[in-house]
Amino acid sequence: MVLKLNKVTKRFGTHTAVDQLSLEIPEKEMFGFLGGNGAGKTTTFRMILGLLDATEGEISWNGETINYNKSHLIGYLPEERGLYPKLTVKEQLIYLGKLRGMHKNDVLTGLKGWLDRFQVPEYLNKKVEELSKGNQQKIQFISAVLHEPKLLILDEPFSGLDPINVEMLKEAVVDLKEQGTSIVFSSHRMEHVEELCEQLCILHKGKQVVQGSLKEIKRSFGKKNLIIHAEFPVEFLADLPGVLHYKKVMEGCELQIDQEAASQEIFQALQGKGFVRKFEIEEPSLNDIFIEKVGASYE
Amino acid sequence: MNKFWIILSHTYMSRVKTKSFVISTVITLLLIVGMANFQSIVDMFADDQADKIAVIDETNELFDPLNQQVENTDENIQLISYEGTVEDGKNAVQDEDYSALLVLNYNDSMLPKASYFANNISEAGKQMTLTQQLQQLKISMATEQSGISEEMLAMINAPVEFQADALDKSAKTDEELNQARGIVYVMLFLLYMSVMLYGQMIATDVATEKSSRVMEILVSSASPVTHMFAKIVGIALLGLTQVILFIGVGYLLISSKKDELTGGFFEIFGIQDTSPTVYLYAILFFILGYLLYATLAAMLGSLVSRVEDVQQLIMPMVFLILIAFFIAMFGIGTPDSALVRISSFIPFFTPMVMFLRVGMLDVPVWEVSLSIGILIASIILLAIIGARVYKGGVLMYGRSSSLKDLKKAIVLSKKE
Repeated sequence: MVLKLNKVTKRFGTHTAVDQLSLEIPEKEMFGFLGGNGAGKTTTFRMILGLLDATEGEISWNGETINYNKSHLIGYLPEERGLYPKLTVKEQLIYLGKLRGMHKNDVLTGLKGWLDRFQVPEYLNKKVEELSKGNQQKIQFISAVLHEPKLLILDEPFSGLDPINVEMLKEAVVDLKEQGTSIVFSSHRMEHVEELCEQLCILHKGKQVVQGSLKEIKRSFGKKNLIIHAEFPVEFLADLPGVLHYKKVMEGCELQIDQEAASQEIFQALQGKGFVRKFEIEEPSLNDIFIEKVGASYE
Repeated sequence: MNKFWIILSHTYMSRVKTKSFVISTVITLLLIVGMANFQSIVDMFADDQADKIAVIDETNELFDPLNQQVENTDENIQLISYEGTVEDGKNAVQDEDYSALLVLNYNDSMLPKASYFANNISEAGKQMTLTQQLQQLKISMATEQSGISEEMLAMINAPVEFQADALDKSAKTDEELNQARGIVYVMLFLLYMSVMLYGQMIATDVATEKSSRVMEILVSSASPVTHMFAKIVGIALLGLTQVILFIGVGYLLISSKKDELTGGFFEIFGIQDTSPTVYLYAILFFILGYLLYATLAAMLGSLVSRVEDVQQLIMPMVFLILIAFFIAMFGIGTPDSALVRISSFIPFFTPMVMFLRVGMLDVPVWEVSLSIGILIASIILLAIIGARVYKGGVLMYGRSSSLKDLKKAIVLSKKE
């Protein structure tokens, strides 16, 4: 069940929302979509779901196009959250579940399980409009996963939730992945993607800027962060070869270096100058990569 | 197909259960029951005693003939000869011994004249009866004075003989026309009400789903086209429930009160014995008309982002049905006019205007078939466009709500 996007382009009139996007999302993995506002994440999801037709390129899932015959295999949490405000949680999910090919009884058993898991079993017969926004979001999440989809698309699943609920939802997402669901999700929160995804891509203005596994991306990025805490002035380090960026902090400095090897020369340079408390090479964070990649294309 | 039924039954059930639906149905049923029992209700409040009117006859001749005539025409009025002065009579009326005082006299040409005194003269019915009867009396006296005989007078008063016969064998007879007129009226009002009521319901329903943003989940699990038509049919069934309920209750009431009602309203409207073809045409045009307008409503509803904007956007639809309605109303008097003939081929007017022609005239089969063909073709065309607009429209959120969005929605649903 591989989801493939082959040179997918979507134009709205003269505006290109998604430009030549090629992806391969393997089965049973979590795939992260990163991108700022208007990067084309939601448009891509809508094309995957068949809500919008791609202007060019093909999208296939397991070699077939996705259409409404497969909707029982697909779960979708849209970015704009919405449920029927006047219906109870139960009525709501029975209707949405049936539309995804479920039987009423399965909906009820599944729903009770999920409500217990999210510690809100009392919501079963409450109207959605009576629930807080965060809790509505939980219900919406349940509606996306209740039918045990093989492919789950989550558009900004954690936005607007408090940290406790974010953890709760993250655990649920990880569990689903372990049960064999392929999950695609978008976020502009780097730490979520860094924590959850093996594979990711960064979109910027519809263009794919980075794509691959998290480790590879970090490795191929090449640049590292170097943290030095010392009890003597370290400003001179800024002029050493291989140092790209110098940032002063209270106890010393944080450097960005062009490659790991550069750290050795810096290490040498520090010799005999005084007491060094900390000398640490750090992997670049996804945030660094994002800013670098997306920021660069602004220039 | 399965999803079609799920959406349909959801649309139907969630509407049937709403308070507004239950209340409006109950109120309408009460109205029907009330209307059927109108006479009994009026009788209940009216006092059985006839209104006593004191009459001072200063001529000593007019009272008897007038009294006789009034007795024959209106049993609710009782004339009582009053011995006394006009002032006494007025006082008696003010004391409510009598409901009014009538003073009869002759004018200069020795013909009757009268003065009428009552505490208030707002109840025109009694005055009219009295005036009419007095007029009769005056006519007979005047003719007598000028020497015209009773027979002559009867001849003058007899209505002119006027027999209208259609030479065209297949044209409708006068009687048939009356009957047709009745069913055409009923059909026009029903279609008009349905489109206004249920068309609006569809547009509102779609807009509600859009504004609550549940739409995106819906259209990701079922195709927008399925969704749109399930909604249209669901609301149609809802309307059918209501109409059947009304007609059923109405029918029961009518059959239980058959004796009172025959010869009145129903004979005029010719509902008792109209030919079955007219009924078939009525059903056919009703269904097609509903489908056409419902598709339009769903399409327009999919364009707005907020329920508040529905009214504004369905205005064009309301105007169309209004125009159709007025042409049809005008056409009832002149079903053969060019305007009616031409507009019966314009799909938005066909359901009302062509039905009117079919009911009132003998329309060639090819004309009817052509208009039905055009109607069905435009329903299909509208459905195709509607589905496109719907597909794009339901994903389109913006503040504006105008027909310009139509183009935007189609662009959104296209490949580029």
